[in-house]
Amino acid sequence: MVSSIVESVTAALAAYPGAQVREVRLRVGALAAVVEDSLQFCYEIATEDTPLAGSKLVVHVLPVIAHCEPCGRDVTLASLQSFRCPLCGQPVSELRQGRELEIDSVEIEENP
Amino acid sequence: MTTRIVELRQGILKKNDELARALRLRFSKAGVLVLNLVSSPGTGKTAFLEFTLRELRARGARVAALVGDLETDNDARRLAASGAPVRQINTHGICHLDAEMVEKHLDAWNDVSLSGLDYLFIENVGNLVCPSSYDLGERIRVALLSVTEGEDKPLKYPTLFNSADAAVLTKIDIAAPCGFDRDLALKNIHEIRPGIRIFETSAKTGAGMDAWLAYLVAQRGSAS
Ligand SMILES: Nc1nc2c(ncn2[C@@H]2O[C@H](COP(=O)(O)OP(=O)(O)OP(=O)(O)O)[C@@H](O)[C@H]2O)c(=O)[nH]1
Ligand SMILES: [Mg+2]
Ligand SMILES: [Zn+2]
Repeated sequence: MVSSIVESVTAALAAYPGAQVREVRLRVGALAAVVEDSLQFCYEIATEDTPLAGSKLVVHVLPVIAHCEPCGRDVTLASLQSFRCPLCGQPVSELRQGRELEIDSVEIEENP
Repeated sequence: MTTRIVELRQGILKKNDELARALRLRFSKAGVLVLNLVSSPGTGKTAFLEFTLRELRARGARVAALVGDLETDNDARRLAASGAPVRQINTHGICHLDAEMVEKHLDAWNDVSLSGLDYLFIENVGNLVCPSSYDLGERIRVALLSVTEGEDKPLKYPTLFNSADAAVLTKIDIAAPCGFDRDLALKNIHEIRPGIRIFETSAKTGAGMDAWLAYLVAQRGSAS
């Protein structure tokens, strides 16, 4: 997983020769199977000897949003322990958000 | 020195997702029902599959299995005793299967063609976290939970149970001595995945396997 982050960021850096990577920002759904501590740990190891070495990994967690049929609207779940609508208590149907696993952006420093 | 933000907006598992999409299309064109079995180590995936392969073959179905493990081909040898073609995928340290491994092994599997199969089972590496992120192109993801693991597993690993299409309780023959609280386990699974089909089974006694086999036949009937 981390290796594909390194791959994508390295590819994007090709357009900015000589740039330093400061920060890599991820958007991760609360339901994506990611344990942040182990991700951070892997990141440090996997970025050694790459253009990402020494950069910071920032994980922005997105709450789970699901559709509630009875209420006819999308609702944000308060926890992952129950997939019920916080408004009416009925089980929710389709998930609208919560499984994301993406690189949002990269902060770099360029030497002009 | 100037700071710049480069927007990427790119899925980290994009490559896997694309490969899985291609596999799913291939499976549906070949008319084979593909299932991905996920659970902790030791839940009973292999035992459950041994039973399933044997019974489906006895009913004339054409079945095969891919089985992922970090090391050893023990599980493949156990499954092959059913007479079905089985192929071991050793991941050598990777804690889950991904679409590329599945594709590679299918392409190298000379004695099996997808269009000659009714069912293909993929036993994932025993792990409750990572396999849920990796789509293998399966149509049905099955999460297994044994009566020895504790009723709150679904609450502890919501991602896995929420991404499943069917759930299987295993080892129900030893439920009583384990003090297994059946109602609580079923309730917890339904909290995480409302409405999911749950099969209560034992690979030792065959309990509950008829309902599971009937489900497979029905799912295959409603394929693509
Ligand atoms: N009593 C009882 N024991 C079972 C049952 N199914 C499996 N077992 C036992 O549980 C242990 C683990 O079973 P496996 O089928 O190897 O489990 P697995 O999920 O494939 O394990 P990994 O591939 O290592 O993740 C073995 O000792 C089995 O004999 C069952 O239905 N009843
Ligand atoms: Mg096994
Ligand atoms: Zn509601």
